[in-house]
Amino acid sequence: MLAYIIRRLLYAIPILIGVNLITFALFFVVNTPDDMARMQLGVKRVTPEAIQKWKVERGYDKPLLLNVEATGLASLTDTIFFQKSARMFVGDFGRAEDGRDIAREIGARMGPSLAIALPTFILGLFVTVSFALTLAFFRASAFDFWGVVLCVAAMSISGLFYIIGGQYLISKLWRLVPISGFGEGLDAWRFLVLPVLIGVVSGIGSSTRWYRTIFLEEVSKDYVRTARAKGLPETLVFFRHVLRNALIPILTGVVVVIPLLFMGSLLTESFFGIPGLGSYTIDAINAQDFAVVRSMVFIGSVLYIVGLILTDISYTVVDPRIRFE
Amino acid sequence: MMGFQIVVLWSDALIWLLVAAGVGVGLLIARNPPLLAAWRRVGANRVGMASATVLLAFILIGLLDSLHYRVQLDGKPGQKATYAIEVLSLLDVLASPLRTRNEKTYSAPFATRLYAKESIDLPGQGTVRDYPRLKYGGQHLGEREDEVAADAGLTAGRAVLLALLGWLAVAGLASAAVRQGSAAVNASGWQKIWRGETAFAWNAVLLTLLLILLFAVPLFWLAGQYHVFGTDKVGQDVLYQILKSVRTGLIIGLVTTLVMLPMAVLLGIVAGYFRGWVDDVIQYIYTVLNSIPGVLLIAAAVLMMQVVIDTHPQWFSTAAERADLRLLALCFILGITSWTGLCRLLRGETLKLRELEYIQAAQAFGVSNGRIIIRHILPNLMHIVIIALVMDFSGLVLAEAVLSYVGIGVDPTMTSFGTMINNARMELGREPAVWWSLVAAFSAMFVLVLAANLFADAVRDAFDPRAA
Repeated sequence: MLAYIIRRLLYAIPILIGVNLITFALFFVVNTPDDMARMQLGVKRVTPEAIQKWKVERGYDKPLLLNVEATGLASLTDTIFFQKSARMFVGDFGRAEDGRDIAREIGARMGPSLAIALPTFILGLFVTVSFALTLAFFRASAFDFWGVVLCVAAMSISGLFYIIGGQYLISKLWRLVPISGFGEGLDAWRFLVLPVLIGVVSGIGSSTRWYRTIFLEEVSKDYVRTARAKGLPETLVFFRHVLRNALIPILTGVVVVIPLLFMGSLLTESFFGIPGLGSYTIDAINAQDFAVVRSMVFIGSVLYIVGLILTDISYTVVDPRIRFE
Repeated sequence: MMGFQIVVLWSDALIWLLVAAGVGVGLLIARNPPLLAAWRRVGANRVGMASATVLLAFILIGLLDSLHYRVQLDGKPGQKATYAIEVLSLLDVLASPLRTRNEKTYSAPFATRLYAKESIDLPGQGTVRDYPRLKYGGQHLGEREDEVAADAGLTAGRAVLLALLGWLAVAGLASAAVRQGSAAVNASGWQKIWRGETAFAWNAVLLTLLLILLFAVPLFWLAGQYHVFGTDKVGQDVLYQILKSVRTGLIIGLVTTLVMLPMAVLLGIVAGYFRGWVDDVIQYIYTVLNSIPGVLLIAAAVLMMQVVIDTHPQWFSTAAERADLRLLALCFILGITSWTGLCRLLRGETLKLRELEYIQAAQAFGVSNGRIIIRHILPNLMHIVIIALVMDFSGLVLAEAVLSYVGIGVDPTMTSFGTMINNARMELGREPAVWWSLVAAFSAMFVLVLAANLFADAVRDAFDPRAA
């Protein structure tokens, strides 16, 4: 088991290097730092001196890959690639446009993101699995049919609608909870209720439908017929056999998103004014803060790869049929 | 006779190329019995055909909006002809009352007065604060402003009659066609359609068509006299914006797949067929791309694209051209980020196919690899490709709205569901709330995406060999 985990971790390294190269190519090769400087400074203030100053301030005045002026190892390290891209591996993300350290900012913003994302994830999983289970239990009935119709309709509605409509209805018309904002401590729940609720509701359609097909696939398997043939009541068959086996693909399927919960949600956080990583990314996109977007791309990939490794491990833990050698 | 110059935007070319490709694929399918049988199953699916009818209506709007031209400006004879900066489409001509009759600012659906009070000079009474009359909405009523409901109802009633007449004509043609096609003479075509005895789900198509006509004909008739969906902040008709958004949504949904498809099919088949180091390289590429969370990769790529566009203004002669290229770049970026899923599916299926006896027989006969792939592997992957294409469409339309909202979608000057929602996002906070832009945009998007989802389900049921 340990050997397997180590091998998976080693396998992640070339992928991370690939991600790093892609971000480097996107941010420094597609556009030269000069172009970025022109964009940031605006048309009016562009002078060669201003561009040079902008580049020096951000450390973009170095050569891309190879510094021929430096000697020894410095010819490789005193470059944009090493300073801006390779240093991300050790958690050095540089500074944002406002001068703050990106790594520290990310650390501070993970908490609020998680405060929304984690309850949404757990509650959402519970609600959708229960709903899908009910639909599958009453399969091929009118209840099942209209449940599926509801799911298809729900997944055809834009996520923006759930947020805008929910804010209008619950915060503006009924005045139940504040429309947006974030608080520390125990009082924070009033700010969390609405985003979590909306997050859960907007996920119901597609997830329920997906889980329902998993349940139905499980129901049609041979062991279920055997269980029925030996005279077990349908409820027992369903809740003891089908549910437990169907949970294997469902649980291993959701493990991959758990690390990404740290990233928060772009839409929810920007609508509700939550100072998490999602709104940090959106602000960076709007302010064209390239350093922050670059860092978020890298962190997002790291978390996704962690999720993949966790998925593989969870398979071996949950499903005794699978043994990695 | 006013001169005009035909303008072919890149996206126009691509969308008509797609239409041509669709016809070409249709001809190929007609010669391939299994695929033809699958499409027949789609045709027999009532829900599938009803949603296809709705989709066709949307596509028709999009295609009308994809024929562009520029009007010739008045000039002295002998001078070189000059053309207007504004690029118009055929849809703009058909909907020119909607396009040109702009109010000052917000007005509610069917309103005769503006949303906001203004100071009005009345002769003899000085200045009063009141809601000013609209310049166009309900203007024909004159002083009888309180008769909006009666007047609109009467107009709608006439339009409904016209819609019914038009529908009866279509239904008559359809039943005549059904009777022609059937050998039995004991039932009329109409009865067969009504009882659902036709192989093609004519009853669903005709019923949907009736609903569309009953909705659309009164809507457009009334749109000549009122702002049926209200006007937005700068006084533009919301219905017109909805019509223009359809094309943007269709292009995002369709052109993206055009970008994604060659990459996914080629790399997926090559990886699965040749295995070895080719497979390793391709797997590495898509694992890396897949590792970057989609939104973030799109955000990074769009940011960089903006820099390119902003630092090279000399590339674009009109604003429409710039917005258009930006839209295509967005499709390209979405395509790059979304081919990995289909590629993995195709690789897995090719791995299975290449071990089958008929492929091995072909290899033993010395058939070249390229020929095996084209003749034996590709046709057996078509169902996966078709399912993936129709399944992706609705997701892409929804994604456009979110991306435009985040600020990494289409050009802000281009009308799309996303920009409409983005512009209207603060309007619900007003007192009284301005709800019509949002409701109209969300409803239109809902109908489009729902139809796409239902159609995708029908296609999947018909093509998926695992489905019973």
